[in-house]
Amino acid sequence: MAGAPLLELQHISLSFKGVKAVTDISFTVQQGEICALIGPNGAGKSSLLNVINGVYPPDEGMVGFNGNSYRKMQSHQAAVQGIARTFQNIALFKGMSVLDNVLTGRNLKVKSSWLEQTFHIGRAASDIAKQRQKAEEVIDFLRINQWRNSIVGTLPYGLQKRVELGRALASEPRLLLLDEPMAGMNSEEKAEMSGFILDTQRELGTTVVLIEHDIGVVMGLSDHVVVLDYGRKVGDGTPDEVRRNPEVIAAYLGTSH
Amino acid sequence: MLYRESGQFSTSYLAEGRLFKLYQQRWGFYALLAFAFLAVPYLGNDYWFSAILIPFLVLSLAGLGLNLLTGYAGQISLGSAAFMAVGAFAAYNFQLRIDGMPLLLGFFFGGVTAALVGVVFGLPSLRIKGFYLLVSTLAAQFVVTWVLTQFGWFSNYNSSGVISAPPLVILGHDFSSPAGRYLLTLGVAAALFWFAHNIVHSELGRRWMAVRDMDTAAAVIGIPILQTKLLAFAISSFILGIAGALWAFAYLGTVEPHGFDLSRSFQILFIIIIGGMGSILGNFLGAAFIVLLPILLSNLSATFLAGVVDPGQLENLQKIIFGALIIFFLIKEPAGLARLWQAFRERSRIWPLRF
Repeated sequence: MAGAPLLELQHISLSFKGVKAVTDISFTVQQGEICALIGPNGAGKSSLLNVINGVYPPDEGMVGFNGNSYRKMQSHQAAVQGIARTFQNIALFKGMSVLDNVLTGRNLKVKSSWLEQTFHIGRAASDIAKQRQKAEEVIDFLRINQWRNSIVGTLPYGLQKRVELGRALASEPRLLLLDEPMAGMNSEEKAEMSGFILDTQRELGTTVVLIEHDIGVVMGLSDHVVVLDYGRKVGDGTPDEVRRNPEVIAAYLGTSH
Repeated sequence: MLYRESGQFSTSYLAEGRLFKLYQQRWGFYALLAFAFLAVPYLGNDYWFSAILIPFLVLSLAGLGLNLLTGYAGQISLGSAAFMAVGAFAAYNFQLRIDGMPLLLGFFFGGVTAALVGVVFGLPSLRIKGFYLLVSTLAAQFVVTWVLTQFGWFSNYNSSGVISAPPLVILGHDFSSPAGRYLLTLGVAAALFWFAHNIVHSELGRRWMAVRDMDTAAAVIGIPILQTKLLAFAISSFILGIAGALWAFAYLGTVEPHGFDLSRSFQILFIIIIGGMGSILGNFLGAAFIVLLPILLSNLSATFLAGVVDPGQLENLQKIIFGALIIFFLIKEPAGLARLWQAFRERSRIWPLRF
C-alpha cells in the first residue's frame, strides 16, 4: 500500500455563512484502501465528501487527487477524473429502470454522438453494445439481474442502495465515495452491502472512502479510519489504533468529569 | 391471452431495444401504418381529413415536441405555440425568399429556426426550475407574437400580418387536396415520431430523464447539464416548429401570429398531461382526447338533444361534460391515458386470468 496516495486532503476548512462545518482537516487515502470517515452527527463528514467531489469549494486548503492538486473542481470534472459517489438520501433517477440507471453511470464512456445514436449510424451500434455489456457486468456483480427492468422508484430501500452503488461502479471509478451506504438497513442487508464493498475493493481495485455510523461494520470493513468531531479531526489510523485513541473514546462515549 | 407470446426472446441487445418485441405487435403496427397511408386517403372524406385527421396529427406532433421537453427532460414550458409560430413564419419566409426551395426543406429550416429560438428561451432553465421556468417561458409566448405582428417583413408586409400557404408541391406531386394534405401531415409526423422515439431510447433520452429525476445527481455522475437541457429545448422546438408549419400550411392554409396564442400553448400542455408525460403514445391519446372528444360530444348532442335542449345551453353542456371527463380521467390515472392503456395491455396479456 506504499507509494503516492490517491487522495490527499491538505488543511481543508469549510464554513456556511460563518458556521464552521470543517476546520483544518488533513489526511491521506492510499491507493486501493477502504477508508472510513466516522464521527457523531454534524461532525462534517458529508461536507468533506462534498468537498472531495467538487459539490462545495472549500474556504481553505487543497485536495490532491491522483497527483493533481486543486482547490475548486466542478462536479463534472470530478466525474471525469474518476470520482464516483452515492448519496445519504438515495439520489437515483426514480422514473427510470435499474438498467437505465446503471447505464447513465456510463455516460462519460459513450463515444458516439446523439445523432449517430438516433440514426443508428457510425459508431452507434458497437458503442451501444459495449455500454450495455459493461452495465450488465455491474448488474451481475451486484446480483440485481432479476430487477433489471424494474422502475427504481418501485424497489425496496435496500435494493435502491445497491442500484445506486451500481450506477457509481458503472463509471469504473478510481475513487468511490459512499455516504452512509448502510443507513437504515438490517444486519443481514448490512452484511450483504459490506460484502459488495469488499468485492469492489478486492476484485475491481477501487479505492473507497465511506461514511458509516455502525462502528462494528466500520471496524470490520476498513483499512483506515478517520474520526471527526465538531469539524475537527480527532483520530486517524488503523481500526485498532483508533479504537484505543482516548480522544475518540471521549467523542463517542464521553468522559467522566 | 389474445395471442401467444411464448417462445419469443430477444437474442441481442439491439433486438431488445425494438419498439415492439412481439411479432404480433410488430405486424399489427405495420398494418396500422399501411392502413393510414394506403387505405385512409381513399376511405376518408374531406370533412374527416380537414376537420379531424389533420388537426389530430398536427397536435399529436406538437404534443410530442412539448413532451420531449417536459415529459422527458423535466423542463416545463408554456411557450409551445410561440415555437410553432416561429416554425410557421420561418418556413413561410424560406419558401418565399429563396427560389426553388423544396417544401420539405423549407419545413426543415423552419424547424431549425424554431430550435435556435428555443435555445435562447431555454437559457433561463439553467438557473430556474419548475413554476418559475414556466413563467419565464411565457416571455417567449408574448415576445414572439409581438415581434411577428410588429415587423411586417415576417409576413411579407401583409396588412393584417397573415401568411398564406405556398403551393404544397413535392417533387412535382401536388398535395393541396384534403387527402394530399393529410398524407403530407402523416408522412412528416411519422418521420418525426420515429426520430423522437429513437432519441428517447438512446443515451440522450437517458440523460434527459436523469436531469428530470434528479439533476444534482446527474451532474455528479458527469452529465453535462447545460448541454443536455439546451438540446432538449432545441429538439423540442424543432419538432414544435415543424408542427407549426404544418398547422399553418396543411391545416389552416392561412394563419396570423395570434393563431399561435397562449391558449394554444395551454392546449398542447393539456394534451401531454392527459395523454401522459414521458410517453410517445400518450401524445396521440391526448391529442385524440382534446380534438376528437369535443367533436364527438357535439355530434352526439346534435343527434340526441337537438330540439330538446336550447342550443346555447347545449354548447355549455358539452363543455361541462368535457371538463368532467378530464377530471375523471386524471383522478382515475394521474399519469395519463398512456398509463391506462399500458395497464389494460398488462391485463389483457393474461386474460381471462387475473394474476
